Amino acid sequence: MAKNIQSLERAAAMLRLLAGGERRLGLSDIASALGLAKGTAHGILRTLQHEGFVEQDPTSGRYQLGAELLRLGNSYLDVHELRARALVWTDDLARSSGESVHLGVLHQHGVLIVHHVFRPDDSRQVLEVGAMHPLHSTALGKVLCAYDPVAHSEVTEGERQSFTPRTVTGEQEFEALLDTVRARGWAADAEETWEGVAAVAAPVHDRRRMPVGAVAVTGAVERVRPGGELRPELITAVRDCARAVSRDLGANRF
Amino acid sequence: MTDAHTTGPFIAAIDQGTTSSRCIVFDKDGRIVSVDQKEHEQIFPKPGWVEHDAKEIWENVQEVVAGAIVKAGVTSADVKAIGITNQRETTLLWDKNTGEPVHNALVWQDTRTDALCKELGRNVGQDRFRRETGLPLASYFAGPKVRWLLDNVEGLRERAERGDILFGTMDSWVIWNLTGGTDGGVHVTDVTNASRTMLMNLSRMEWDERICSSIGVPTAVLPEIRSSAEVYGNAKGGVLDGVPVASALGDQQAALFGQTCFAEGEAKSTYGTGTFMLMNTGHTPVNSYNGLLTTVGYRIGDQKPVYALEGSIAVTGSLVQWMRDQMGLIKSAAEIETLASSVEDNGGAYFVPAFSGLFAPYWRPDARGVITGLTRYVTKAHIARAVLEATAWQTREISDAMTKDSGVELTALKVDGGMTSNNLLMQTLSDFLDAPVVRPMVAETTCLGAAYAAGLAVGFWPDTDALRANWRRAAEWTPRMDAATRDREYKSWLKAVQRSMSWLDEDTAAEE
Repeated sequence: MAKNIQSLERAAAMLRLLAGGERRLGLSDIASALGLAKGTAHGILRTLQHEGFVEQDPTSGRYQLGAELLRLGNSYLDVHELRARALVWTDDLARSSGESVHLGVLHQHGVLIVHHVFRPDDSRQVLEVGAMHPLHSTALGKVLCAYDPVAHSEVTEGERQSFTPRTVTGEQEFEALLDTVRARGWAADAEETWEGVAAVAAPVHDRRRMPVGAVAVTGAVERVRPGGELRPELITAVRDCARAVSRDLGANRF
Repeated sequence: MTDAHTTGPFIAAIDQGTTSSRCIVFDKDGRIVSVDQKEHEQIFPKPGWVEHDAKEIWENVQEVVAGAIVKAGVTSADVKAIGITNQRETTLLWDKNTGEPVHNALVWQDTRTDALCKELGRNVGQDRFRRETGLPLASYFAGPKVRWLLDNVEGLRERAERGDILFGTMDSWVIWNLTGGTDGGVHVTDVTNASRTMLMNLSRMEWDERICSSIGVPTAVLPEIRSSAEVYGNAKGGVLDGVPVASALGDQQAALFGQTCFAEGEAKSTYGTGTFMLMNTGHTPVNSYNGLLTTVGYRIGDQKPVYALEGSIAVTGSLVQWMRDQMGLIKSAAEIETLASSVEDNGGAYFVPAFSGLFAPYWRPDARGVITGLTRYVTKAHIARAVLEATAWQTREISDAMTKDSGVELTALKVDGGMTSNNLLMQTLSDFLDAPVVRPMVAETTCLGAAYAAGLAVGFWPDTDALRANWRRAAEWTPRMDAATRDREYKSWLKAVQRSMSWLDEDTAAEE
């Protein structure tokens, strides 16, 4: 059996100590309870504090468990919370782009549409909330595959169906495509899922920088990619929107 | 955003609300350019009493206006007009020579005038002034609050009769200060705010001297009643020095305007802590025999006034908060949808949230909340579903009352407010109303309404058709429920409502 990492064991012991009985402990209490030198204990506490697992009371200087631990405990983000946070930003994105906006999350090997804003042209449109879109061919799906390891393993293990002649199905080609997505920070779909439809999407991160979803602008290929080129202002707009939602979810500026 | 909409010109809207003051700068397409907001203190001197410090509010208004202008990166030259919308009925008296409030503002929720209202009803009851004002005698409205202040602040009545004291709802206070205060500030209110005082005659659009003297309000304190969209004066000092102040609308009327409900029969419903539904009834005030209020919707310049019927639901968003904070069944308000979506239906459970009695259309203060239809089968998810259904059924009841009073069937309901992000609720609403439910693209319809009215007054927008063209549908829910299910469920809901009534004994209800 491999040797365990001592500092991690000590950190775990500290968390257990702080979780039991007394809620707030001073540095010397912690050090003596665990039989550590004060300097060693302080170094570990500082690291835990930096990660948000431990908080220090500013007046007494005593330590307690941090909010990050609670977040780990309820780690999933409620999709309805995501929609509520995204509402104003996605409205504005639809308005500025003149196209429809979708917010998607990973769900059962596909993209679940959790929010949909109509294209602002007063035409008859049907709310697509609850619809499932494919992971490998849509802009939303590609963003999820590029940033979320779970989505990535699902898409590589599953079958990648060809919907149009433009759908990318080959493994190496697909991986290269995801590399580009990661390098640029956005993904596109140029008639790869539906004929005549193009989209661009960007990732939404939560406060722990985990990818929790993606936001996309979708429209007729001739408007989204006039002359075969994606309109650059759409890319900026969709990325701005994704960043704004991420900020609302507590992610730091990046 | 990316497309440059910061080239202007712009309209600035001030929303002086119950918990905060906000300023939003809008461009010509009705899109938001910048927002600034500041909360103010809620003062609770006694149970049931709620006050605001009007000085604090005016300072906050100046701050958020400056904040929004800075964030927008524009100057007063780019701003063509200022529009005002405000918490309705909140009442202030101030000294016109010093600009000092004589007392904190009495907030609309404040119930200290309950006994006074009963007394004012004399042998007629709460409908004594209803024919003229469209309102029942209830503690919300401003007139009795003015009387309370005159009776309870020492020496105030004498000062008022000497002509040193001005009365205003928050629109008047903000406009008076914006236009110079003691240095030539204009003392005006608009028809929508005036219609919430119980002092204005609805068909004449003038202060009703007989009612003023019955309630005990000297006409010397009253502001001049103006339309909702005209230039009242120019801002004096501050970042918007010289910009015309060109609209005032009570918050719910502003939302009606922002939702562009300009045609008879068009209605909007705002889903917040409580819910307010208003329906445009055209140029005639419609008397309600079904527990609704008759109010002024808006008046543009010297055009004919447009009236509205109003129904309010006391507990909607606050029921979801109750599920989160008191019951601990959910961690965030949005999670109610997750929990409710985990089941197909309500499992036979109905929740009537009559926490402080039943409002429109019943007006039963003796009612209290009930959850009924419980069996061992019912889970917390069914209760969550019943919570959302309660909001939808209460909307249906108000919509039915509006149809009865006005004779106009609801063709579609325009919605706004925080709860519109709840997809299941919006679908349920459409199912229960058997009508499409439509959400517009700008959620800030209250500020937008004030901006629209101000923009119309200065010619920034030519007419209401131009505003309609700005309106964008962000989502629409259409009914999916079959008629038989809807009728059966409605019947059960109405039975549940009956169960909530007469919980309090008559004398306890009177005391509360």
